[in-house]
Amino acid sequence: MTSGTITDGPALRDPHTPDSRLGHGADYLHAEHTLRSWFFTTDHKRIALLYLASITAFFVIGAVTAGLVRLALVVPDGQVFTNDTYNKLFTIHGVVMVWFFLIPSIPATFGNFLIPLMIGARDLAFPKLNLASWYVFMTGALFTLASVVLGGVDTGWTFYTPLSTAFSNTWVVPALIGVTIVGFSSILTGLNFVVTIHTMRAPGMTWFRLPIFVWTHYATSLIFLLATPVITVALILLIAERAFHIGVFDPAYGGDPVLFQHLFWFYSHPAVYIMVLPGMGVISEIVPAFAQKKLFGYKFVAYAAIGLASVTFFVWGHHMFVNGQSDFASVAFSVLSFAVAVPSAVKVYNWTATIHKGSLKLDTPMLYAMGYIGLFVLGGLTGLYLATLAINQHVHATYFVVAHFHYIMVGGTVLAFLGGLHFWWPKITGRMYNEAWGRISAFLIFIGFNVTFFPQFILGYLGMPRRYHVYPPEFQFLNILSSAGSTILAVGYIFPMVYLVYSIWFGKRAPANPWDARGLEWTVASPPPAHNFLTEPQAPKIPYDYPIQARETGRQHS
Amino acid sequence: MNPTDLALQLWPAAASATAVETDWLILAFTVLTLLLTVPVFVAITWFAIRYRQGEEADRSHGNTRSVLIEISWMLIPFLLTLIFFVWGARLFFVSKQAPGDAMVVEAIGRQWMWKFQHPTGQSEINDLHLPIGQPIKIRMISQDVIHNLYLPALRMQMATLPDRYTELWFKADRTGSYRLYCSEYCGTDHSKMDGNLTLMTQADYAAWLQNAGANQGGQAGAGRVVYESYGCGNCHDPGAKVRAPALAGLYGREVKLADGRTVTADETYLRDKILNPNRQKLAADYRQVMPAFRNVIPNDDLDRLLAYLKSSGATAQQEATPGGPVQ
Ligand code: HEM
Ligand SMILES: [Cu+2]
Repeated sequence: MTSGTITDGPALRDPHTPDSRLGHGADYLHAEHTLRSWFFTTDHKRIALLYLASITAFFVIGAVTAGLVRLALVVPDGQVFTNDTYNKLFTIHGVVMVWFFLIPSIPATFGNFLIPLMIGARDLAFPKLNLASWYVFMTGALFTLASVVLGGVDTGWTFYTPLSTAFSNTWVVPALIGVTIVGFSSILTGLNFVVTIHTMRAPGMTWFRLPIFVWTHYATSLIFLLATPVITVALILLIAERAFHIGVFDPAYGGDPVLFQHLFWFYSHPAVYIMVLPGMGVISEIVPAFAQKKLFGYKFVAYAAIGLASVTFFVWGHHMFVNGQSDFASVAFSVLSFAVAVPSAVKVYNWTATIHKGSLKLDTPMLYAMGYIGLFVLGGLTGLYLATLAINQHVHATYFVVAHFHYIMVGGTVLAFLGGLHFWWPKITGRMYNEAWGRISAFLIFIGFNVTFFPQFILGYLGMPRRYHVYPPEFQFLNILSSAGSTILAVGYIFPMVYLVYSIWFGKRAPANPWDARGLEWTVASPPPAHNFLTEPQAPKIPYDYPIQARETGRQHS
Repeated sequence: MNPTDLALQLWPAAASATAVETDWLILAFTVLTLLLTVPVFVAITWFAIRYRQGEEADRSHGNTRSVLIEISWMLIPFLLTLIFFVWGARLFFVSKQAPGDAMVVEAIGRQWMWKFQHPTGQSEINDLHLPIGQPIKIRMISQDVIHNLYLPALRMQMATLPDRYTELWFKADRTGSYRLYCSEYCGTDHSKMDGNLTLMTQADYAAWLQNAGANQGGQAGAGRVVYESYGCGNCHDPGAKVRAPALAGLYGREVKLADGRTVTADETYLRDKILNPNRQKLAADYRQVMPAFRNVIPNDDLDRLLAYLKSSGATAQQEATPGGPVQ
């Protein structure tokens, strides 16, 4: 760590950056103390922390229910919970993890916190809207949690009709209302980011000087804006059908249940990229910082973010290969899926090339990033198996799918989230966490994850269907293995919750730039002042201006 | 071979040429996956060690043109994987074009059971017996929610939709007993909507059809499934949570009613009691909690259910499970 500590000021690359020797009360955490100042704040950084606390709570709910699901699956005869309890548990797990954790996770926390700092703005374009979006989010969560408290939902997070409209006797409507409302929060956040990135960049911060993190959030915001309304419409129709028996999806009233699947996946497939792109953004910040080298193929990665966000809209039909879709449509969706999956998966070559001939520091964020690369590649490539028609005919709706989407979503989002959390923790809290514990947690999570989910690829290939509470005894061994892995994983998750929180009070004070990283967010004090920049920030001449420059740097391109 | 003998096998049994080819496809794809990933994983680990901060290493950069590299490392894997797209699509198309001489089996999915009907009229519930060496087309539909008929040994599955027929065909070439499942989540007992697929030689199949009744436990055996699928046992099995009269050996016995009368539990009594328990007088010492199954149980199922209640099987089954209801 070459930069200074709080007493001798941050390492300044830029004379316009303010001195961080500021009295207490000036940074955003200490500027005001009242509860009011938190719950009615319009500071994007404080709103990011409101989100961070909320989604952490949802992650805990999701993880506990996952643990119970895994507990149930230790025995094949379903004696641990009744069928209804089991069905409700995996539904809550899925609903909470997808809609209340994965989708908001990185954008709502790091996106909110960092985008203004990274582009040199004092806040987002619409600070009050930003606060409103958190309240909308919490309102949605309240509805969904109410459905759980009232007795639960058992439709699965996909809410397929007519099970969800006519046949489930559980609290489907409040759960659906919650998910619908949360969609509006996404839309508001996406809108805010797009406008901010377009209009609030500091002088000199051209598009090709933006960090990849900002690019990926721009792309994600486009998906938020374009896809979310579709799920909103689908869910409103679902609620209307369940409540008033209008015939949209239920054949008993002249509807078509496959229509729901189309609408659902038209949103939910792009939603995978809502989860994946911000993760790529985080990794694209961490890897150069810990290799002290410019991101390889900066422009390609930026274009890829926009490109992937666009083509992801054309592949939703790969969820319906065996659902009675026409064979022609299946073939088209299959080849289009290849066209999306391959470039996503090979983006990791960029990070690998960045590490090549770098000067590597293997600190916690970098360990998480490396774990991310491993899991994400496996998740991405097994997506290609699923996109292959003949293979899909066998493994669709089996544990192979469960393994695949956990590799993508936990690998692609949770590991990036944790890597980002460690990377920006000093910036967010002004404190350093314990590095040794950090590394242990990264290892535990990586090992626990693989022990939990790799056996599920095999289980699926052997033919174990998903969402099964009772299963044939020949699958028990692999299920026990998977459940054992999940306990390792759980310990791995508990670690950071403990030592990060501990560091808030007892951690070493963080310098402005503990990692010697580039990017405007590292030029302000840790934690940043309430209004981010005391004087007008200056954009760097090239992005990722690290000591070791690859040949193709911004010097040639920009 | 019984499906439960498969414990810890890493390769699922394949019972058709298509299944075998699907396995080859997956195997070959896995080889490609390893080809694309192992070098990356090795490189990352190697670089992490070689280029650790503070290690002596050559960190100067050659004339690497990123545009060329980028394009080639995206395009080459893409073209390589396209081979598998084509292979997979071809196999898929073959498995979608049923030959004209296929034997047609009808299937109905319903919460939570499968009903299969053979072209010769015999029907079975949850289990399916079929001959090998002959193309078989399963034409299916659902009576309620979306289900999915999954035959892993054939590497096949297809959704059953309410109000719309879908189909699936295959030609098996290996006899044996394999699993069949519902793989689309369909509510409470989704995971119990499974059974066995028994593939037999044509001669055995013909013989099986002849004795289908005996093999399947006849109407009564099918009735047992109906009994389970409507959750009758939740109240009527010994040890059930709700106290209700045991049905074992009930048929033909005298029943004392709450109002003091005594009636014989004949078929009419049972039928009535199931369809509309309120109309009949209550049995002595019980509360009226039983739901009416009028318009719930279709007639053919009711016949099977009654056959089961009348059979000695009902007695044997209930005595054999003193532990209480199967959840
Ligand atoms: C402790 C780690 C976890 C374990 C052991 C675990 C386990 C499981 C299991 C057993 C299922 C049910 C599969 C089925 O029956 O079909 C499941 C489903 C699911 N999990 Fe996880 N999971 C974990 C973490 C996560 C995380 C971190 C996320 C997202 C951030 C997530 C998202 C989902 C989703 C979306 C589903 C689908 C639910 C459904 O089938 O409706 N899981 N998980
Ligand atoms: Cu089903």
